[in-house]
Amino acid sequence: MSTTPVIATEGVGKRFGGFRALSDVTVAFYSGRLTSIIGPNGAGKSTFFNVLSGAFPPSEGRVLFEGRDITGTPQHVFPHLGIAKSFQITNLFPQLTALENVRLAAQAMKSRFDIWTKRETLSELKEKAEDLLNRVGLSKRRNDLAANLAHGEQRSLEIAVALASDPKVLLLDEPTAGMSPEEARAMMDLILKLNEQCSVILVEHRMKLVMGISDRIIVLHHGQLLAEGTPDEIRNHDEVRRVYLGQSV
Amino acid sequence: MATDSTAVGAIRNRGPLEGVRPAFDLIARQRVLFTILFLVVLPWLAPYKALAVNILIFGLFAMGFNLVYGYAGMLSFGHAALFGLGAYGCGVPIAKFGFPWYVALPLGVLIATTAGVVIGWFATRSRGIYFAMVTLALSQVVYYVVYQSIWLTGGEDGLRGVSVPSISLFGIAEFNLLDPTTKYYLILIIIILALWIFSRILASPFGAILEGLRENEKRAAACGYDVNRTRWFAFVLSSVFSGLAGALYAIHLSVVPIETLHYFTSAVVLMMTLLGGMGTFFGPFVGALVYLLLQDVVSVITVHWQLVVGCLFVLLILFFPRGIWGSLMHWLRI
Repeated sequence: MSTTPVIATEGVGKRFGGFRALSDVTVAFYSGRLTSIIGPNGAGKSTFFNVLSGAFPPSEGRVLFEGRDITGTPQHVFPHLGIAKSFQITNLFPQLTALENVRLAAQAMKSRFDIWTKRETLSELKEKAEDLLNRVGLSKRRNDLAANLAHGEQRSLEIAVALASDPKVLLLDEPTAGMSPEEARAMMDLILKLNEQCSVILVEHRMKLVMGISDRIIVLHHGQLLAEGTPDEIRNHDEVRRVYLGQSV
Repeated sequence: MATDSTAVGAIRNRGPLEGVRPAFDLIARQRVLFTILFLVVLPWLAPYKALAVNILIFGLFAMGFNLVYGYAGMLSFGHAALFGLGAYGCGVPIAKFGFPWYVALPLGVLIATTAGVVIGWFATRSRGIYFAMVTLALSQVVYYVVYQSIWLTGGEDGLRGVSVPSISLFGIAEFNLLDPTTKYYLILIIIILALWIFSRILASPFGAILEGLRENEKRAAACGYDVNRTRWFAFVLSSVFSGLAGALYAIHLSVVPIETLHYFTSAVVLMMTLLGGMGTFFGPFVGALVYLLLQDVVSVITVHWQLVVGCLFVLLILFFPRGIWGSLMHWLRI
């Protein structure tokens, strides 16, 4: 496992009008690791996630990808760099089939302005989409519209769509939101498996869920970096214990 | 396979239209062939041939408009500029400089497309009502420029003398354009080419992106598609078809009225598309047919024909928002 940071932030902050959602966050995410970002509600996790994934630029500070400044890069460039994300609130192409959702995502890496060939001729995209659906356990539902899938299935489809760009870094915003404990467990197993191929950055507010699988954990509180370390270090961190008062860590 | 789908259809949809479902299934699969077939017999169904030519041309215009509105989900209110510039771009070289039609026609398309590149570049940076306003404003700019350039365009009186009395094909055959039936079928040949290209675009990887864009822009961007650029490209493609329709209109009428550039023309093409069914292949032709036929029939009875068409339009939007063809396809679940 190499020790070069794949993504790093330097003094990143974000203001929304007068409200300061994030201030002076400097962290590094290492290649091949599974890093979780945790914190109580309103800690600035999602804001930080959105800055990392390019949904909006930070108000101050820089975001680096493999040492290169990518601050302010438009959203659509991110998959081409090798950074893919899934949304906290399910965000798919509802009236397209599960297969077409993934196929279209894979197509973005290949063909964007081709108005002449038939889309069926890009058969490798279809095969890739079938393969990805298989990996997230959705093969049987490939011809169903995304809108007709169950919530848990949609969450899995989100992952398959994100994987379609062959990312180096996979950013996941609460992938288990709204899932039953069993579904959440299965999702975590899947994420662990994906981590064998790419770096994973995971936002989660249920601390217990990530303790077992993360290599590193970053704790945000009131928009600031509270702690950073291995799960053991975080577990024994006084400040973190205080913030998560009442919860067994 | 065909029997399969009808069996499933019979279980979930047993209505009075059930018997015709396989036929419509076939139409949906062979959209180009079916549309050609319809257009071939159209002159014999229309009250007179010149109306059939209008339906043909406005059908093409609405099809081009539909690419932006129905398939990419952008409400353009400036397509009159593209149609009108296609007409003037083809008409002026013929009337003022004596160009042959086969040079003037591509020239008209080129000018409309160039306008589409410029208008689209500005407009696709905005969304929704702002998009509509930018396209409207820029098309009004085009209107006034053409209106004021009397020396070139004839201004308010329109452009006269776009005469293409006959077309000779490589000296083998000579076609008399003064004969409406000949004119119709010659224009149809060009339109068949356009239909085929349009269908290829819809079936292409780019067509798949348009479907995705209409579904969820944010997701498309996160997948790696430059949303504004994709919208821009769709707008430019749309202007090729709109411009071609305009250029053919100039040859058809032998004059170019200034009204082709008026924003009312933008409203007409929108109404046709909605009447027929947005986002359907054949809908725009149905819309053009119904609109022009109504105009033709009702204007004989009363000068207030727009009132009748308007009322009908409101009723249709309220009760059949998918349009005539769109509703039919929906009921049959195709």
